[in-house]
Amino acid sequence: MAAMFFVVTMALYFAATVSYLAYLLWATEALSKISLGITAVGFTSHSIALGVGMVGATDVSSPGFHEALSFSSWVLILVFLVVEFRHRLHVLGSFIVPLALISLVFAAALPETAPTLTPVFRTLWVHVTLSMLGTVGFAIAFVAGVMYLIQDGLLKSKRFNVLYSKLPALDFLDHLNQQSIVTGFPLLTLGIITGALSAEFSRGSYLNWNPEQTWALVTWVFYFVVLMGRLTVGWRAKRAAYLTIIGFAGVILTLIGVVLKGHGPVS
Amino acid sequence: MHIVVVGLSHKTAPVEIREKLAIPESRMGEALTRLCSYQGVREGILLSTCNRVEVYAVVDEIESGYGRIQDFLADAHLSLSSEQLTPHLYWHEGDRAISHLFRVASSLDSMIVGESQILGQIKEAFDVALAHKATGIILNKVVKKAISVAKRVRTETKIAEMAVSVSYAAVELAKKIFSNLSEKTVLLVGAGEMAKLAARHFIANGVRHVRVTTRNPQHALELANRFSGTAVAFEEFLEDMASADIVLVSTGAAHYLVSEDDVQRSVKQRMNRPMFLIDISVPRNIDPAVRHVDNAFLFDIDDLKTRVEQNRGERLNEAEKAERMVVDEVGIVRQWLQSLEVTPTIMALRARVDDIKQAELDKTLGRLANLSALERELVEAMASSIVNKLIHNTMVTLKAEVNSSEGAAFVEAARRFFSLGDPAVCNVNESASSSSGTCHSSQADLREVGEVTPRTGSKMPDH
Repeated sequence: MAAMFFVVTMALYFAATVSYLAYLLWATEALSKISLGITAVGFTSHSIALGVGMVGATDVSSPGFHEALSFSSWVLILVFLVVEFRHRLHVLGSFIVPLALISLVFAAALPETAPTLTPVFRTLWVHVTLSMLGTVGFAIAFVAGVMYLIQDGLLKSKRFNVLYSKLPALDFLDHLNQQSIVTGFPLLTLGIITGALSAEFSRGSYLNWNPEQTWALVTWVFYFVVLMGRLTVGWRAKRAAYLTIIGFAGVILTLIGVVLKGHGPVS
Repeated sequence: MHIVVVGLSHKTAPVEIREKLAIPESRMGEALTRLCSYQGVREGILLSTCNRVEVYAVVDEIESGYGRIQDFLADAHLSLSSEQLTPHLYWHEGDRAISHLFRVASSLDSMIVGESQILGQIKEAFDVALAHKATGIILNKVVKKAISVAKRVRTETKIAEMAVSVSYAAVELAKKIFSNLSEKTVLLVGAGEMAKLAARHFIANGVRHVRVTTRNPQHALELANRFSGTAVAFEEFLEDMASADIVLVSTGAAHYLVSEDDVQRSVKQRMNRPMFLIDISVPRNIDPAVRHVDNAFLFDIDDLKTRVEQNRGERLNEAEKAERMVVDEVGIVRQWLQSLEVTPTIMALRARVDDIKQAELDKTLGRLANLSALERELVEAMASSIVNKLIHNTMVTLKAEVNSSEGAAFVEAARRFFSLGDPAVCNVNESASSSSGTCHSSQADLREVGEVTPRTGSKMPDH
């Protein structure tokens, strides 16, 4: 049942992605409504898939990588829907929905429950949830950064195309970028702390420098520097956009680190 | 009675002729009085902007009316004869005159289709005409209708949405950099017309902090007062630039006033908050190399013009929709005007009272079944006589006043007293009343030179 809804969700997100990318080219009101409609239906189906999956799961205390990615994709769409309803920022969909789809596709590539599960710290899901929420924050900062650089480039080169007219003001994107990091960073911090605690419980050491932990720490330090730079010496606007895009690459590497470790319990 | 328009515009006459005919605001009253003193001219309104001079009037006869108005125009300037004027004039009457007014008000006839200044100018012209009692029932209604049509066009089509003047384009661009202009500061360098205009547009779009600098400190103070801003010493404006989010430069200087380093320094002081620089000067006053500074966005007059050109094309599509609206609205006014004709009114009045009389007779005679033929005739005669006496004076007055200046008002009154009104009348009344009384001072403040010209080339008089 959950698997069926999962497939339906993926199909709908795919359709919404196509539709939102078409919106980038033609930017008609109808296309944005269609895209939003498909996304909303997809989100409902996604919620059911997650809900059913949770009820059906025998061991909720140890979510696998599949659940984690699916969950972050769900949060990403949720955030998008909230922002869309508050700011009517259709073009955001053209960036976030594809990202959510990619996240979901990776989730699909991984088995739903890892066979090599070892019983670990009972509240591992706290670590997974916090880390994934932090990841969503950085994903949105990444999207805002990409949009910022596009708009900045269009303004600098004086190309006033459809994208120019649809993308929001630079300072809005910069603000979105900042808010996403300010929200994502504490979540990631807590995610890392709970992860370290869980590692201590399961393996007896807080840190054993596996790729996942290494990248998580590098990412954390990086975002810490980015955040401090922004708040103290004015690393905003274009520089912040570039930095958050690089930072998100670190996040992706961390996730790859988790997969490489064998899709067992995270941490 | 006929509505006519005689005039010339940027489409038919060069600026040398237009500026000769233009009627300055101070002499508007006198001109209106003179216009209405011509034999056969009942109502009049004068529209004089830098792009057009038009006389709308209600006249007794079309041909002689045209002649009178042409004389009036020629009289306005001694060096122009009526013959010299003729090739530049256009004459419209009836529906075409109304349609012309609607198109002008909706800015469909403007040099820049969709610009909003013309509506404010029509409102002003109307206010002046009202103040001098130059208009009557017909022009009052037609002009009010024109204003409401213009508003309808602006709200129901996208004609006014796109930036089609340089200063609007500047505001539109600023909105792609700053989402909320009200917290932003504008620094105005120099006192070029276009820059002042742009500054006004920024203020109209929410900017509250204005700083002004010019070479002449006195001038800067005056301007600062006008924009409720602060004056900055010209020698210090480069240091002050970091406090401005939007820098508008428009001086007569023949060299660059602002260098790449100046902007780089300002952006740094601003902790990389974006800066929007607009150089409306010709020759340019901001070094084009500023383009290479991150988080600084420089646009010169050509960039703004490019933006204007792009929007213009899209606007023309919307103009077609607007033209269809004008046609519909002219139809409504035509119906109303027809209702003001005396003969149909008299016939309608006759028919109305005859209907009432017949209905009452049928009711009464139905109850008095045993009346003789003679008695029935007597009752009928009495009813007719009462009705005829009641409407006699109305009929006579209508016929007598048909050629007076208040004829239309009498007709309108008769139609209301006897409920002869058709729906079109109500329409005109409602839309007219809803359109009046709104602020037009702000519109008027935002007057704009119709043509896209850099400040040094701008020779047009303010409207």
